[in-house]
Amino acid sequence: MLKTFSIGGIHPEENKLSAQSAIQELPIPKIATIPIAQHIGAPAKAIVKKGDEVKVGQVIAQSSGFVSANIHSSVSGTVFKVDDVMDATGFRRTSIIIKVDGDEWLEHIDRSEDLVTEITQTKEEIIKRVGDAGIVGLGGATFPAHVKLSVPPGKTAEVLVINAVECEPYLTSDHRVMLEKADEIMVGIEILMKALEVKKAIIGIENNKPDAIAHMTQVATKYSGIEVCPLKTQYPQGGEKQLISATMKREVPSGALPIEVGAVVQNVGTAFAVYEAIQKNKPLFERVATITGKSLKNPSNWKFRVGTPVSDIIEAAGGLPEDTAKIVGGGPMMGKALVSVDVPLTKGSSGLLLLAEEETARKATKACIRCGKCVSVCPMGLEPYLLMVLADKKEYERLENDAVMDCIECGSCSFTCPATRPLLDYIRLGKGKVGQIMRARK
Amino acid sequence: MNIIVITILALCAIGVAAAIILYFVAQKFKVYEDPRIDEVEEALPAANCGGCGYPGCRGFAEALVKADDISNFNCPVGGAAVMSHVGGILGHDVKAADPTVAVIRCNGTCDNRPKTNIYDGATSCTIAASLYSGDTGCQHGCLGLGECVDACNFDAMYMDKETGLPVIIEDKCVSCGACVKACPNSIIELRKKGPKSRRIFVSCVNKDKGGVAKKACSVACIGCGKCVKECPFDAITLENNLAYIDYNKCKLCRKCVIVCPTNAIHELNFPPRKEKPATKPTAATVKPVAKPVAKPEADTAVKSEDKENGTSDNK
Repeated sequence: MLKTFSIGGIHPEENKLSAQSAIQELPIPKIATIPIAQHIGAPAKAIVKKGDEVKVGQVIAQSSGFVSANIHSSVSGTVFKVDDVMDATGFRRTSIIIKVDGDEWLEHIDRSEDLVTEITQTKEEIIKRVGDAGIVGLGGATFPAHVKLSVPPGKTAEVLVINAVECEPYLTSDHRVMLEKADEIMVGIEILMKALEVKKAIIGIENNKPDAIAHMTQVATKYSGIEVCPLKTQYPQGGEKQLISATMKREVPSGALPIEVGAVVQNVGTAFAVYEAIQKNKPLFERVATITGKSLKNPSNWKFRVGTPVSDIIEAAGGLPEDTAKIVGGGPMMGKALVSVDVPLTKGSSGLLLLAEEETARKATKACIRCGKCVSVCPMGLEPYLLMVLADKKEYERLENDAVMDCIECGSCSFTCPATRPLLDYIRLGKGKVGQIMRARK
Repeated sequence: MNIIVITILALCAIGVAAAIILYFVAQKFKVYEDPRIDEVEEALPAANCGGCGYPGCRGFAEALVKADDISNFNCPVGGAAVMSHVGGILGHDVKAADPTVAVIRCNGTCDNRPKTNIYDGATSCTIAASLYSGDTGCQHGCLGLGECVDACNFDAMYMDKETGLPVIIEDKCVSCGACVKACPNSIIELRKKGPKSRRIFVSCVNKDKGGVAKKACSVACIGCGKCVKECPFDAITLENNLAYIDYNKCKLCRKCVIVCPTNAIHELNFPPRKEKPATKPTAATVKPVAKPVAKPEADTAVKSEDKENGTSDNK
């Protein structure tokens, strides 16, 4: 039997429409809008000003703390202005707007496709380079990668778990990267293993990608210590704690980080970015995203430069279908709807999903019928129906006692609720408030 | 017969003994409570709204009795009458606080502030605000989901279906501040009621630069500073592209209302002007309703195909 996590989980329709479409390169935009906050943690500090000439790969915003990341220019040209621009949530945030002129890269970036397998750098150098290259978790949460690689004193990492699950329906970007860049990923994993001083890496892949499992297993034989672990297709298999439970049979305690059980989880896309940063001197300014949707002419996977407007990738995939009612940034389960097509794609953009009215319309909220479905699907073993009521009634103390902070916001509860209650919306609200209270207490 | 007498006597003896014990126990563990607390609580309006900052009227009464100086305490519901009564009970001087009332500092009606997307998530302003900037181009203004109305315990608010904005019924508003706390965008403010309920305020909280604000909403404060220059009493300050009128300094001269180029400054409950200024019609006189404005330019309206919904949704 295939491995999976211990409790809960759902199986939404997979809809991997773009799985057979090879990664294409998206044309460089005319104007790139690069937000200075593309990661969890403190926003970077812009170090360029209006009129400055920038090259591809140049640092344009400096990391402003340990949990922060550098931002590099994805294009070459002139800085048009540094201004507050609408981001995907509609709020105005500081961004660097660059007028593109040609495509001139910094000289030390190796643009060849040759595979470099020899790892010459030491552990410290690797971690520093990963930080300098502005690499963040490319699964969507955008947590700065160098932070996870810096194992806190007193703890030891035993296993590196590579998240190649791609459990979100529709998305196929990781799938395609694995098929096309398997060797690079393996070297990236070896680099990560060296940085963490671990001897073992497990790549978790859901078995709805048999071609990727076969290809990765075959390539992995060339590298020591890396094994591929096929997993059951079950959402949210790609949740950090779920993945550890499935691959290592260890449970991360409530409120603790994976390092507590000796695990470090990195996304497969991150491994590829690490390869490029260490072996090719290439910082993170481009990545692969899926654009998909049932009415879309050409669901496909694109390598894009950070800062490209969403409208460009839609145009490249055949234009906006007539019946589009919602554009979701990310997958259908955890993605967030965009307020406009003029917002830029960022480091965290793993996909764009165009949904028609009938797919996305919310049904009216009905009374809870106490069926307990949300409880049985919750992969963290929480009681979503109760948490929702507590959040609505502002019972923050009880919310905290009922472990609301363990919620991974996967949305399985809302997905499964027969009374179509907006469970996650309220739980997320309560989680935010409880988080505030807990921080204030410290 | 004898048995009955003995029984009665025995029971009486037990009763008396228990009564004596209870009396001494009660004396021993007596908790002294100032009788004035009850008296003061009686005088308070029993709304238990928390507008004074204390947990209910009882809590407020305890605080009042404990305090040496109650001139800084105020019951917004009871106002000066109740406070002077309380002052009488406690033998303290009471400074009559000016009555306040809640005002909505947003005039982003459907006409003034065109919608750029549709929200279909949970009906809660706080949730909407945590997800995104709102269904219009303005990221500061009213989200229109009525959390303030739900918070009001005095039926003093309702959502105006036409404008999509909450409306405060002045006579019912007790200025408890529940709506102020409920609003995630902090658009509601408790302001001095003013003589004959006349007051002037900037009906906008948009801190964006003028051009951005104006593009999102035709009656936004664009931070031009005309009112600041016009005000003879230095009552208006401009911070982050937003004017704010200090109600303690404002003498209700209404000069700022006339000069405001976007009609963002509202005057309430004033009689109609005798001689109308040549340039502009007067602002709304009863409640902040939509003023006649030109339809937004074509370029400010988002193309229909660009209208995306703004919620994170689980399909």
